Amino acid sequence: MQLQAETKHTEHSEFVSFTVASQAFCLKITQIREIRRWQPVTVLPHAPADVLGVMNLRGAVIPIYDLSARFGLEQAEASERNVVIVVSVHDKPVGLLAESVSEIISIDPEDIQETPQVDSRNTMDFIQGIISQNDEMVRIINLNAVIASTEQVAL
Amino acid sequence: MKTKVLAIDDSRTIRNLLAACLEEAGFEYHSAVDGREGVDLYPDLAPDVVITDINMPNLDGFGVIEELRGDGINSKVPILVLTTESSADLKARARSAGATGWITKPFDDDSLIFALKRVTGAVA
Amino acid sequence: MTGSIMDTFFEECEELLEAMDAGLAAIEEGDQDAETVNAVFRAVHSIKGGAGAFGLDDLVAFAHNFETVFDDVRSNKLQLDEKLVQLLFRASDHLSDLVTCARDGGEVDQAHHDVLISALGEYIDDDEEELVFEPMGVGAAFDPAPLPSLAEAKEATFDIRFHPLKEMFDTGNEPYFLFQALSDLGELTVRLDDSELPGYDAMEDGESYLSWELTLVTSENRSAIEAVFEFVEGLCELSISSEGEEEADADALAALNAAFGLPPVEEESAVALPLEQPVPDAVETPAPVDAVAEVEVTPVPEVESEKVAIKAAGSKKESTKSSGPKPTLRVELDRVDRLINAVGELIINHSMLAQQIANLDVSDTRDVETELEGFKNLARDIQEGVMAIRAQPVKPLFQRMARIVREASAATGKTAKLITIGETTEVDKTVIERLADPLTHILRNAVDHGIESPEARAAAGKEKGGEITLTAAHRSGSVCIEVKDDGAGLNRKKIRQIAIDKGLIPENAELNDSEIDNLLFLPGFSTAKEISNLSGRGVGMDVVKNAVTALGGRVNISSNPGQGSVFSIILPLTLAVMDGMVVSVAGHTMVVPITAIVETMRGNDDMINNLGADGTLLSIRGSFVPICDVAGSLGLRSNTGDEPAGVYLLVETENGDRCALAVDDIHDQRQVVIKSLDGVCGNVPGVSAATILGDGKIAMILDPESIVTASSSAAVFDTDRRMSNAIAS
Repeated sequence: MQLQAETKHTEHSEFVSFTVASQAFCLKITQIREIRRWQPVTVLPHAPADVLGVMNLRGAVIPIYDLSARFGLEQAEASERNVVIVVSVHDKPVGLLAESVSEIISIDPEDIQETPQVDSRNTMDFIQGIISQNDEMVRIINLNAVIASTEQVAL
Repeated sequence: MKTKVLAIDDSRTIRNLLAACLEEAGFEYHSAVDGREGVDLYPDLAPDVVITDINMPNLDGFGVIEELRGDGINSKVPILVLTTESSADLKARARSAGATGWITKPFDDDSLIFALKRVTGAVA
Repeated sequence: MTGSIMDTFFEECEELLEAMDAGLAAIEEGDQDAETVNAVFRAVHSIKGGAGAFGLDDLVAFAHNFETVFDDVRSNKLQLDEKLVQLLFRASDHLSDLVTCARDGGEVDQAHHDVLISALGEYIDDDEEELVFEPMGVGAAFDPAPLPSLAEAKEATFDIRFHPLKEMFDTGNEPYFLFQALSDLGELTVRLDDSELPGYDAMEDGESYLSWELTLVTSENRSAIEAVFEFVEGLCELSISSEGEEEADADALAALNAAFGLPPVEEESAVALPLEQPVPDAVETPAPVDAVAEVEVTPVPEVESEKVAIKAAGSKKESTKSSGPKPTLRVELDRVDRLINAVGELIINHSMLAQQIANLDVSDTRDVETELEGFKNLARDIQEGVMAIRAQPVKPLFQRMARIVREASAATGKTAKLITIGETTEVDKTVIERLADPLTHILRNAVDHGIESPEARAAAGKEKGGEITLTAAHRSGSVCIEVKDDGAGLNRKKIRQIAIDKGLIPENAELNDSEIDNLLFLPGFSTAKEISNLSGRGVGMDVVKNAVTALGGRVNISSNPGQGSVFSIILPLTLAVMDGMVVSVAGHTMVVPITAIVETMRGNDDMINNLGADGTLLSIRGSFVPICDVAGSLGLRSNTGDEPAGVYLLVETENGDRCALAVDDIHDQRQVVIKSLDGVCGNVPGVSAATILGDGKIAMILDPESIVTASSSAAVFDTDRRMSNAIAS
C-alpha cells in the first residue's frame, strides 16, 4: 500500500486512521512503516493475551500485538480482512493488528483535543489526544505507551 | 602532479593522522605498516618523499633509511623521520644513516607541511 | 574527521594493550627475548605517540614513565626481576585504565596513579626523568606557519650565505627546496657562486663546490629563517646576517655547529665572496628552476643508478613478501552482519525453493535436485566463510582475565596464577564480548571463594599459590570454556543451608551433589555471609547463567572437596545457523537442536508407565525415563486429556539427566537460521530462539534443557517460574 505524504504547505500532519473493535484510532503517518494483510502468526508459548505471536517480515522476526486486547476491547478472531500495521518503536519493527485501515487524514495540531477523563486507566495512558473527523471521534494512539507497557508484560 | 608521500608507521593512529593532513593538503598519500613493507613498496611506488617512524617491527626506521640509501636501492629520496621526543642523539643517528629531516610527534598540520616543503619544495 | 581518527586511536590502543599484556605475560614466563621486550616497548610507545597527537596529557605522561623504564630494560640497563615484572603488569593495567578514562571520561584513581608513578620513578635515573616534548635546536622556536603575517610587521633584509657540505647531499637535502621554502618568507634573491668550481678534469665525485648568496626581505624574524635550515644544520656553512647582527650570528652559528660536534666555521669562509666575479646563470626568485639545472653539474642526483636499483629491488620484493604478518582487512562490523543476514536469507531461500519444487507436479526432478544440492552446499560454504569473519581468537579475552585474577589476588591477599589454554580457539565476536562479564565473575569467585589462603593451602599440603586454569576448546560443534581452580571446592553443606535459609529449597529436599552445586545459579542465591568487595557486589552466579543462556549456551559446575571446582560454559559454535529437527507440537511446527537429541523413537502404550498421579515414565530397553509433554510444558495444549501421539525425542541435559520429550510428529532434519528473539519479546520459557522455515513461516527453536527443568518435579530447578513469580509480586 502506498502511503505517501503530500508536500506539506502548512503545519498539518498526516495521520492514518483505522478501526480496532469498531472504534476509530489513528497513528501519525511517519510512525508507520507499512501495512500488511493479516496472515496467521506463529504463537509464542506463555505469551500474554495481547501478544498474538511473531511474524516473518522479510527475514526479520517481528512481534504482533493485538490492539483490541491491549485496549481492553472485545477481541475477535483475526481474519484475512484484517490488517497488520507495522510501526517502528525504538527502531525496531512491531506489528499491530487492526480491523481495517480507513483513510489518511490531515490534522491541524490545533484541532487535537485533550483526552477527556474517563474511568479507564489503560485508555487514558494509550491515547494521547482525540480529534473529530466527519463527526466521528478518532483517538490518537500513544505508540510508546502501548509498546512499552506491552513489553513489560511480555517479560 | 601531486607530490607522492609514502608514510611508514606501525601505528594506525599516526597513519590516519598523516593521511588526514596530507590528503587535505593535496598530497598523494601511501602508507606501509612497517619498515619491511615500506621498503618493499618503495621501488614500484617511487614516492617523492618518505616519512618513517623509528621504532617499528620487522624493520625499524634506521633500517628503512639504510636500505633506501644503501647499495640495493641507492635512492636520494628525501626521508623524514618521525620522532616522539626530540633527542639530538636520535636525530644525529638518523642523519648519519641518511635521513633528510625529522618531524617531532605530536606534530601539527603546519609543521608537517613545512617539513615536507623544505625537503620536496612541494606545498602539496 | 578527527573524531574518527580518535576512535581508531582507541581501537588501536585496545590492540596495543593486548599486545603489551601478551608480551608481559611472555616475559613473566621467562621469555626475555629482545623482540618480546621490544614489542612491549613499541606498544607503550605507540600509545604515547597517539595520545600526544590528541593532547591526552595524563596518558602521555604515564606512558612516558612506563616507556622510559622499559627502554632501560631494552638496553639492558635494568634487569627484569619478579618485582619489576609485577610493577610493569600493574603499570600496564593502569595504562589501560587511563586509556578507558580518556575515551569514556571519568577519573582515574589518583592515589593509585601517584603510587605507580613513584614506583616507576624508582627505576628511572634522574637525568632521563624529564619529558621533553619541544623540538630541540634552532627549530625550537620556529613558528610552524612561517607565512608572511598579515599584520604590518617591520621588514628586514637578511643576507644569507649558504654552502652545502658534501655530506648534505647524502641526506637527500636539496638547496633548491630550501630556497623555495625561504621564498615563502618574503622576497628572495638568489645568486649562485660557482667560483670554487674547478675545471671539469679536476672535479671530484661527490664534492660540493657551489655556494649561494641569498637576500631575503622579510617581516619574519631570524628564527623563522633558521627553521628553514633546521634539517641541514651542521651539513652546511651558513651565515645569516642583517644590519648590526653579524656578530651575534657568528656566535649562534658557532654554538650551533658545536652542538653537532663540528669544528667552528672559519670566519673567512663564511664571509661573502667577491661579488664582482661574474656569476653565470644567476637566478632570481621566485621559482629558481634553473638552479636545479645548474646543480646537475654537481654529482648530486644519480638518476641512472637509481633506476637500476629499482629493478634490483623489484625482484627482491617477492622474496621478502612472505616474511611480514598476514595481510588483514578492516571491515565495519555492520557490513559483515549485513552479509550474514543475506546468507541466512539464502539458506532460507534454498529451503523454500526445495519445498516448492517438491510441491510441483513434475515426474522427474532429479536434475533439479542435484543442482539444488549444489546450491545448498555453496550456501553452506558461504555461510561458514562469513561466520569465520566474525570469529576471533579468545586470546584478548583471556588476557583480560589474567588481569582480573591479578587484581582479585591483590585484593584478597591470596596468591593465584592464571594459566590459559587454547587461546587461539576462535569464537564468534559477540560471544567473546558477552562472555567477558560472566567470566570475570567466575574468576573473581574462584579467587575469592575457591582458592584458599596461603596458610590454609600449606596446611592442606598444597602449593602456596593457587592455580586457576582457563581453557577454551572446540568440542563437537560447541565451544567449551572451562574455569578450573585447585582450591577447596564447594562447601555443599553451606550452600544447601543458604538455599534453605533463603527459601529456595524446602528443608527436606533431597538433592544429589550436582544438584547442590547448581543451586549457586539460582536467582537470589548469594553467599552473603562472606560479604567481600570482590565477588560480592550484589550479583550472584545467576547473572552468569543468564548471560550464558542468552547466548544459547549452558553453564555447569562440578566440584571435588579439597581439590577444587570446575565451571564449564558450553556455547554453540555459531550464533547464526544450527542443525535442527523439525517437529510438530500441538499443531505448531517447531525445531529441536540436533545436539540435544540422543535418539528418536515411536512409542506405544506398553512403553508408558504411570508414576504417581501425573508422572509418566517411558521404558526404553529396560530403563525408565521421565516423559515431558512439550505441548503441555509450553502451555499449548488446552485439553489435558489430549495426549501426544507417541513420538519421543530422547534428550540429555547438562547434568546428565535424560528425558523423553513427547511431540506429535517428526518431519525432517535440516539446517536452520537462528533468529534471536532478543528485543522481539521477553524471555520465553522453553524457547531459545526462532527460525524461518521454507514456507516463510516462523518456527520456535525449543530449548530442551529448560523444558525438562521446567517440567521437572524438583521445584528447585524451576527457576523460570520463580523468576516470573518474582516479577509478578
